[in-house]
Amino acid sequence: MTLWNAVLLAAIACLALKGIGYLVPPSVLEAPRPARISDLLTVALLAALVAVQTFASGQDIVVDARVPAVLVAAGLLWMKQSFLVVVFAAAAVAALLRLLGVAA
Amino acid sequence: MAEASIDSAEQVRNARREAIGVALATSAYGISYGALAVAAGLDIWQTCVLSLVMFTGGSQFAFVGVVAAGGVAALPSAIASAVLLGARNIAYGIRMSPVIGSGFWRRAGAAHFTIDETVAVSLAQTDRRARLVGFWVTGIGIYIGWNLSTLLGGILGDVLGDPKTWGLDAAAAAAFLALIWPRIKQRQAIAVAVGAAFVAAVLTPVVIPGMPVLIAAVVAVVVGWFNWFSGPKEKTA
Repeated sequence: MTLWNAVLLAAIACLALKGIGYLVPPSVLEAPRPARISDLLTVALLAALVAVQTFASGQDIVVDARVPAVLVAAGLLWMKQSFLVVVFAAAAVAALLRLLGVAA
Repeated sequence: MAEASIDSAEQVRNARREAIGVALATSAYGISYGALAVAAGLDIWQTCVLSLVMFTGGSQFAFVGVVAAGGVAALPSAIASAVLLGARNIAYGIRMSPVIGSGFWRRAGAAHFTIDETVAVSLAQTDRRARLVGFWVTGIGIYIGWNLSTLLGGILGDVLGDPKTWGLDAAAAAAFLALIWPRIKQRQAIAVAVGAAFVAAVLTPVVIPGMPVLIAAVVAVVVGWFNWFSGPKEKTA
């Protein structure tokens, strides 16, 4: 398999996955149970992504500069700061800690 | 009546402002994707095709991450990781389908823009029109910004060095936290978020990349099925 084959195959597969959800008839979500589950699914997926983005390095769990950065982000969110402020502050905290050699 | 429409216009304005903020910040860490992809051995065209066609950040990072670690021999698992991570967009599509409405081209366009950020911004709104504005402004904004920053990151990759130096990995984590923040007000959502984060972290060393996030989704299915942790105040869904 060439790199190009893999790029195109993966890209088209991901594009197709996005379309599948729209083919499910909306009436499926009218009952309370499926509606509740589909709402909670988006919460679960985002929460899992937060965990993986914060602690995963390949298949290892590590505690590095991302952890204090995410804690600062949480504090700023608590103070109702905007998305932009939160994301840039997190990047700045991680970059600074690494620059100072305090965290990996 | 007049009061209701003023309120709605206000909500639409808020949704637009929020969408632009999310689009700008997300686009900024597209630079990190572009730089990582080129460092992993993709050429600039392959890097850009993934942003244009795949257009789902988690899968793109997973793909180039696996290629960087394993080279050409790892291509099948690179594809598998991208697809596994992209599978969450099925859940997002089911949820967004009734919000988007009818019309083939509108739905096809919406499907391509169905990613973490657009769904999160849209569902954080309560007004119907604000949900639509939030979705489309975020989607179009990120599509333009993400593809431009991918190109920029790919070109500048060698100059920038390791994206971690700039804290771009922490930016991605903070962005997901900011996206989930407005959604975790009720006890049930908080329970699901904590449970899913725990499951994903515990499974990371055990299963291949992409799987922890998907398996964590089971937490939502179980809690939602049995309606556990539903607060006494929870009347509206």
